[in-house]
Amino acid sequence: MRAFIALLAGTIFGAGLALSGMVDPARVRGFLDLFGTWDATLAFVMAGALLPMAIAWRLQPRLPRAASGDHFALPSTRRIDVPLAVGALLFGVGWGIAGLCPGPAIANLALAPLAVLPFLAAMFAGMLLHRLWAAQR
Amino acid sequence: MSALFANAAPGMGFLGGLLIGLAGVVMLLGIGRIAGVSGLAAQAIGITGSDSRAVALAFIIGLPVGAALIAAARPIAVTFPSSLPVLIIGGLLVGFGTRLGSGCTSGHGVCGLSRLSPRSMVATGLFMAAGFATVAAMRAFGWV
Repeated sequence: MRAFIALLAGTIFGAGLALSGMVDPARVRGFLDLFGTWDATLAFVMAGALLPMAIAWRLQPRLPRAASGDHFALPSTRRIDVPLAVGALLFGVGWGIAGLCPGPAIANLALAPLAVLPFLAAMFAGMLLHRLWAAQR
Repeated sequence: MSALFANAAPGMGFLGGLLIGLAGVVMLLGIGRIAGVSGLAAQAIGITGSDSRAVALAFIIGLPVGAALIAAARPIAVTFPSSLPVLIIGGLLVGFGTRLGSGCTSGHGVCGLSRLSPRSMVATGLFMAAGFATVAAMRAFGWV
């Protein structure tokens, strides 16, 4: 049941990425390209996505459990530290040069699998590198 | 729409955004989880521990399924502006950076910002700034 709900959520998410044009790296790059022919679409996508989520966050504290009966498993860390900042900066540079972040990259397996495969392979390699590096410390 | 949005697709963007937000709502109120793609992707392939790998895997499989459903109904433009080496470097940075920074555009950007999480506000501000600066630098060097 939980996996089915997650599959449903992933499918809606993927549909949203495709409908909004966010699966198109050129369009995402266009948003980040302030000094080119700027493409504001991503800002509208953000506005659309934040709206239902903001309502859900208002409801969540009043609910004892999720609909599945599971307890809420939510991030509790509040520390703003160096890893958060450096990680976000590295991610931003990668996002800028490729025009891809994890969601659209994975959704592109259905639209442009060959073109996105090198990015995805590198992305998972980067995640693995982080794990190995974190284990060393 | 004004000239500022000449290049944009505000209507479809907003509609697609609503779907992305709805997916986040289904994850949060449905099973009590954050719809953060980088974290779920790492759990799905076993790079990081998870109490339910099946949940993470199901969400990740849904992403291309949903994109395919839309593509069956209307043409979806996908253009990769970067060369192969740039895609690989970008992938490495996105993979390492999202793990180190505990999230990406969905986890910090959509779920965290709407929760008014200070961590996510800082992370989103920084990755957006880095993205803008990176593309500006590429333009300055004539790479765009």
